[in-house]
Amino acid sequence: MSIRIGVPGEQARGECRVAATPESVAKLKAAGFDVTVQRGAGQAAGYADAQYEAAGAGLADGAEALWKGSDVVIKVRPPSEAEVAQAREGLVLVSLLQPERNPGLPGALNAAKVTGLALERVPRVTRAQKMDVLSSQANLSGYRAVVEAAAAYQGFFGPQMTAAGATPPAKVLIIGAGVAGLAAVGAAKALGAEVRAFDTRAAAREQVESLGAKFLTVDIEESGDGGGGYGKVMSQAFIDAEMALFRKQGAEVDIVISTALVPGTKAPLLLPKDVVACLKPGSVVVDMAAEQGGNCELTVPGEVVTFQGVKILGYTDLASRMANTASRFFAMNLVHLLNEMGGGAGFKVDLDNDVIRPALVTMGGETLPPPPRKDPSPAAAPKPKPAAPAPQAAAHKPSAPSAKSHAWTTVAAGAGLAALFAWLGKVAPPAFLPHFTVFVLACFVGWQVVWSVTAALHTPLMSVTNAISGIILVGGLLQVGADVDAAGLLGAAAVLFASINVAGGFLVTQRMLKMFRKGPEGGAR
Amino acid sequence: MSDLGAVTGDGGVRTMAYLLAGVLFIRSLGGLSRQETAARGNLFGILGMGLAVAATLWGWWTTPGHGVGAGLGLLVGAVVVGGAVGAVQAQRVAMTGMPELVAVLHSFVGLAAVLVGISSYLRPHGVLPGQVASTLSLVEIWIGVAVGSITFTGSIVAWAKLRGSLSGKPLLLPARHGLNLVMVAGIVGLAVPFAGARTLAEGMPWLLGMTALSGLLGVHLVMAIGGADMPVVVSLLNSYSGWAAAAAGFMLENDLLIVTGALVGSSGAILSIIMCRAMNRSILNVVFGGFGTGEAKSGGGAGAGAAQGEVQEIKAAELGERLLAAKSVVVVPGYGMAVAQAQGAVKEFCHSLQEAGVSVRYAIHPVAGRLPGHMNVLLAEAGVPYDLVLEMEHINHDFPKTDVVLVIGANDIVNPGALDDPQSPIYGMPVLEVWKAGLTVVLKRGMAAGYAGVENPLFVLPGTKMLFGDAKKSVDALVQSVRAGAEAKKAA
Repeated sequence: MSIRIGVPGEQARGECRVAATPESVAKLKAAGFDVTVQRGAGQAAGYADAQYEAAGAGLADGAEALWKGSDVVIKVRPPSEAEVAQAREGLVLVSLLQPERNPGLPGALNAAKVTGLALERVPRVTRAQKMDVLSSQANLSGYRAVVEAAAAYQGFFGPQMTAAGATPPAKVLIIGAGVAGLAAVGAAKALGAEVRAFDTRAAAREQVESLGAKFLTVDIEESGDGGGGYGKVMSQAFIDAEMALFRKQGAEVDIVISTALVPGTKAPLLLPKDVVACLKPGSVVVDMAAEQGGNCELTVPGEVVTFQGVKILGYTDLASRMANTASRFFAMNLVHLLNEMGGGAGFKVDLDNDVIRPALVTMGGETLPPPPRKDPSPAAAPKPKPAAPAPQAAAHKPSAPSAKSHAWTTVAAGAGLAALFAWLGKVAPPAFLPHFTVFVLACFVGWQVVWSVTAALHTPLMSVTNAISGIILVGGLLQVGADVDAAGLLGAAAVLFASINVAGGFLVTQRMLKMFRKGPEGGAR
Repeated sequence: MSDLGAVTGDGGVRTMAYLLAGVLFIRSLGGLSRQETAARGNLFGILGMGLAVAATLWGWWTTPGHGVGAGLGLLVGAVVVGGAVGAVQAQRVAMTGMPELVAVLHSFVGLAAVLVGISSYLRPHGVLPGQVASTLSLVEIWIGVAVGSITFTGSIVAWAKLRGSLSGKPLLLPARHGLNLVMVAGIVGLAVPFAGARTLAEGMPWLLGMTALSGLLGVHLVMAIGGADMPVVVSLLNSYSGWAAAAAGFMLENDLLIVTGALVGSSGAILSIIMCRAMNRSILNVVFGGFGTGEAKSGGGAGAGAAQGEVQEIKAAELGERLLAAKSVVVVPGYGMAVAQAQGAVKEFCHSLQEAGVSVRYAIHPVAGRLPGHMNVLLAEAGVPYDLVLEMEHINHDFPKTDVVLVIGANDIVNPGALDDPQSPIYGMPVLEVWKAGLTVVLKRGMAAGYAGVENPLFVLPGTKMLFGDAKKSVDALVQSVRAGAEAKKAA
C-alpha cells in the first residue's frame, strides 16, 4: 500500500500558506504517494479544492481524519498540542516545529509516538538546498519587507526629476545579508533606492556587492561567522562599533530593514531606542526578526508602532502575505524532501541520511539528541532568486584531503627546479641565457593563454598551432644562402614542408571556424 | 655572412618585427578562447606569420651577397609549392579526416626540424664555414634533431593508424619499456662521439645515426598506443612539434622560433592534460600503458559478470514515436558517428525533431572522437549551432530531466561501469550519465566492445534499448519515422 500523505489546513491565526499545492500534489502522486487535502486548506493561498482534486488529491472534511488516517502529515506552522493529540501512533510529521519556542511540543509528539521532522533543522548543505524552506521563505519575506516598507514610506524609492521638483533616491539600510537580507537588497535596488547593507560575516560582502549595493563595515577585525550561513553573537567592542555605525547611518537613511538572526536564541538587539531616535521622522523600520524577539527594542510583534514619527513594522507574517507563491515554494521544498526520504515506494525515516537525521526531533516516543553539528560552507549559502544573477563567487572546490602532501611535493619540485636553473646559469654560456629566458617566459604565456580556450575549439586550436609551428620555415629560410649547396638544399626542403603547414593549417582553421555558427536559425547552410 | 641577426641596423627592425609576430601569435591563441573571437584569432595568426616571413625574406634580401639567383629561386619555389600543396589539402580534407591532416602536419614540422638541424650542422652560425660549431650549438642541434625525428615518425605512424592503414590495436613488443630505455640511452650516448668530432665528415654519421634511432623510437612509442588514446597521442605530438620548433630556434638563435615553439608546445601539453583528465589517467599511463588490450578485458571480469542481462532492441518506427512524445532529447555522438559519416543525417534528424517542438541538445565528452574537439567540428560542419552543443560538465546533471538520449556510435564515454565498478579498467573516468534519462537508445552496429575493450553494462540496463545497424542508415530511418509521425500529428 502506498504511503498516505495528509495536508491539514493551517490553524495559526493569520497563516495563509498551505503545505501542498495542486502542482506539488501532482508531483507527489507521480512519486507514488497518496495525497489527501483538508477541504479549504488552500483557499487562503488561492488554491481551490477543485484544483487539488484535479491534480489527483483526495479531499477530507476535517483535519482529524487526516491526523488519524495518514502515514505522513505535512504542515507549514508547528502544530498545536491539541492537533498532535489527534495523531495516529507512528505518524511522521513534517513541518516547522521550532521546539525552542514551543517547549511543550516534543513532549506532545512523544506522547502520541509521532516522528517529528523539523523543517527548520534541515542542514544548509548544498545537497539540501532544494529542501530548505527557511531559505525559500526568507527570500519571499525579504522581498515583502521592502514592499511593506515602500507602502509605509511616504516618498519615492527611486530618484524623481519632475517640473514640480526633484527627490533623491530613498536610502535603505539592510542589516544582515542572509537570504532574506539579500532578497531585500535586490528588491530595494529594483525599486531604485540607494542600498547599503551590513553583515558581520565577511563572506557576505561579495554577495552584497554583486547585487550593486554598498557593503558597510566596522573597523574591528572579528568574523561573525557562526556557521551555516548564520551569524553569531559578537564581542562587546564589536557591538559598540556597530552601534556607532548604525547611529551614523540612522541619520542618513530613510528605511531600515533588519534581518539579523542567531539560530536557537533570541534575535540580537541592534536598534535600541537611542538608535531609532537618530532616524528622521517619516523613516520606516521593518523588523524581520520580530517573531524571535526583534532586532529593534521598540518592536511589537505583528503590529506597527510609531516612535517620534518613525514607523516600526513588526510583521511576523511577511511570507504569509504572499501565500500563493510562498506555498508553491514551500510545497516544492517538501516534495524534494519526501523524495529524499525514498518517495512513495521506498519511504522511510533513515537515521543515516545526513540531511534527514539532523532534522529529526522526535522518533518512536523519544526525543532525539541533536547530532554533532557539521559545519556546512557558509559562503555557499543559498542565494536569493529574484535578484540579478549573482556570480558564483564561492564555487571553489573543497581542498583535497592530501593538500598538505601536495604542498610538500610542490615545494620539492620548486626547489628542484630552482636548483636546475641555478646550475644552468652556472654552466651555460652567456649567449644561451637570454634565449632560455625567452623560452621559459613563452612557455608560461602559452600555458596561461591556452587554458582559456573553450573545449569546442580544441580542433581549431590544434590546426592553428600546426600552422604557427610552421614558423620553422623561418629557420629554413635562414639556412638558404645565395648559392645552392647542401645546407641550402636542406633548408629549402624544410621551407617546403613548413609552407605546407602554414598554408594548410591556417586555411583549414578558417574553413572550420566558418562552420561554427550560433543558433537558433543556424540550421540552414 | 649567414648570420642575419643583430649585425646591421636592420637587424633591430627585424627583431621588432619578430616581437610583433610573437605578440600576434599569442593573440591568435587567445582569440580561440571563444567562438565569437576565434575567426579574428586565426587572422592574427596569419598576420603574424606573414610579418615574420616578410621580415626574414627582407633580411635575406638585404644581406650582402644575396640577390636574384639560384638561392632566391629555391626559396620562392619552396614557399610557393609548399603553400599550394597545403592550400589544396586544406580545401580538400573532409572534416572526418581532420585527425589525419593534423597528424600529417605534425610530421612536417618534425621533418622540417630535422632538416634545419642537419643543415645548421653543415653551416653553423657565427663560425667560419667548414668548422664545427661550439659544444652548446652541437647540443642544441642534437636535441632539435632528436625531437624533430621522434615527432616526424611518430606522427607518420599516428597518421597511418588514424587512416586505418595500420591497425588501431597497440603493438606490444616484449620488454618494450626496456627497448625504449635502450633507445633513449643510445640517443644520449651517440652524442659523445658526435661532440668530439673534429670535422663535419667525422660528425655527420653520428648525427644521421641518431636521427634514425630517434625515428625508430618515435615509431615504437606510437605503435604501442591504442586507437582510443589517439586524442592524447595527437595532442602530445602537437606538443612535440612545438618543442622541435623551439629547439630549432635555440640552434639558430632566433627568439621568434623559440617563442612560437614554446607556445605550441605548451598548447599541446595542455590538450594532452585535458584529455588525460577526461580519462582519469596519467599521461605516463597513456604513453606507456598499452591500454585497450586483451589483458585489460580480463581485468574487468567482475564487471562483465555483473553486466549479464537482456539486450532489448527497438525499431526505428517505435523510436520515432517515442521521440515525438518527448519534451527534451539529448544526442551523444561518438567516433562511430564520424566513421559512418552520419553527422549530416543527425543534423537533419534533430532538425525534424525541433520542428515538431522537441528540444534537442548535444552532449560532447572531452575524448569523443580522435582529436580534441573533433565532434564539435563535425557537428559544426553539419550546421548545428554551437550553443546547442554542450560539454560534459554542463549537461551531466540535466540527464535525469531528459526524456530520450540517443547514443550514436559512442561506447566507453557512456559506460556506467566507470562510476560504479572498481574492477572496470576505465573506473574513475568521468562519463556522460546517459542512463539517468527516461529512455536511452544506443545506435550501434553490433555488440562489440568499445576501443578500450571494456564491456558496457549500459547496454543491458532496463532503461536502455538498442537500435542495431549502420549509424547513418539508422538515423535516416529515424528521420523518416519522425517526419511521418509529425505529419500524422499535424493532420490529426
